[in-house]
Amino acid sequence: MNWIFEPWPWYVAGPLIGLIVPILLLIGNKSFGISSSLRHICAACIPANIPFFKYDWKKETWNLFFVGGILLGGVLTSAFIPNAGPVEIHPELAAELNSYGIADFSGLVPADLFNWTSLFTLKGFLMIVAGGFLVGFGTRYAGGCTSGHAIMGLSTLQWPSLVATCCFMAGGILFANYVLPFILSL
Amino acid sequence: MKIEDITKESEEFKIRATDTMCVNESELNHPWWYNFKYAAVGLLFGLIFIKAEIISWFRIQEMFRFQSFHMFGIIGSAVVVGLISVFLIRKFNIKTIYGEEVEIHPKAFNKGNVYGGLMFGIGWAITGACPGPLFAQIGSGSTVVIITLLSAILGTWTYGKFREKLPH
Repeated sequence: MNWIFEPWPWYVAGPLIGLIVPILLLIGNKSFGISSSLRHICAACIPANIPFFKYDWKKETWNLFFVGGILLGGVLTSAFIPNAGPVEIHPELAAELNSYGIADFSGLVPADLFNWTSLFTLKGFLMIVAGGFLVGFGTRYAGGCTSGHAIMGLSTLQWPSLVATCCFMAGGILFANYVLPFILSL
Repeated sequence: MKIEDITKESEEFKIRATDTMCVNESELNHPWWYNFKYAAVGLLFGLIFIKAEIISWFRIQEMFRFQSFHMFGIIGSAVVVGLISVFLIRKFNIKTIYGEEVEIHPKAFNKGNVYGGLMFGIGWAITGACPGPLFAQIGSGSTVVIITLLSAILGTWTYGKFREKLPH
């Protein structure tokens, strides 16, 4: 029964995620996408008469159920079939992170960086608040995230999605290698 | 349907169509609890997110530093399976379980794909999460990620607020 606590390799997880595209299309004509849920939350809670949020969000309730399911999936998986042992990471990355004082690799989210105490430090503010803001602002400005553009968009051969996906990767690669080290060493 | 209703409807559709995903216009009216099937798919997605360590900040750092093939393999194979599925749906004109025609809406290019894409890439590198994993990270017990999520909602709201002033 140990296999159940083993992490899944990419060739199991990737195809399963790919199958979500036809499942959503066939059970209700829905296009796979997650970041739009953030927009529906804005439209439902704080529309503030902004045209971008003046639409009938109730037509998109499915999307909120979808992300609710993701959250619940996170709860149940962690409670009953978590991955045993720490995340195995590349030795170079481990050495680099050690040099910033990040030594706890036991969780999926590094406890040294993302915790309630660090939220009130400059580093924590940049990582948690500024980072989150960029995710929300950037995905909406780009018109989608990894699911909507990289997976759904590329699966349907839409070239704007290819442009967006390349920009996600370019932004991430440049920032992770050249800027993030300064933030992490704060 | 009255003429005004139709105009209102199409105006409303235009606003939602500014977003790639907000164009689900099923003609069918189902009771609200039909939405639980999407929660079930979400549940499966949450399971994959955790079991394949996709929501791991470390895995995302490895991806952006080219230290691991894991994330590239996941995204790449997901796209291949998605491509084949969409091809088959179109080729054999497969209908939804309710007999509707499957609709796939084209995405129009705008400069936001570039500027917004770069911004999201940076946010992804910092938080180690795209919007989906944020929900799964909270579910897995990292409660402080609630703040990241709220900040992402605020980011989306700010975009909506200043949308007209941004280059598109």
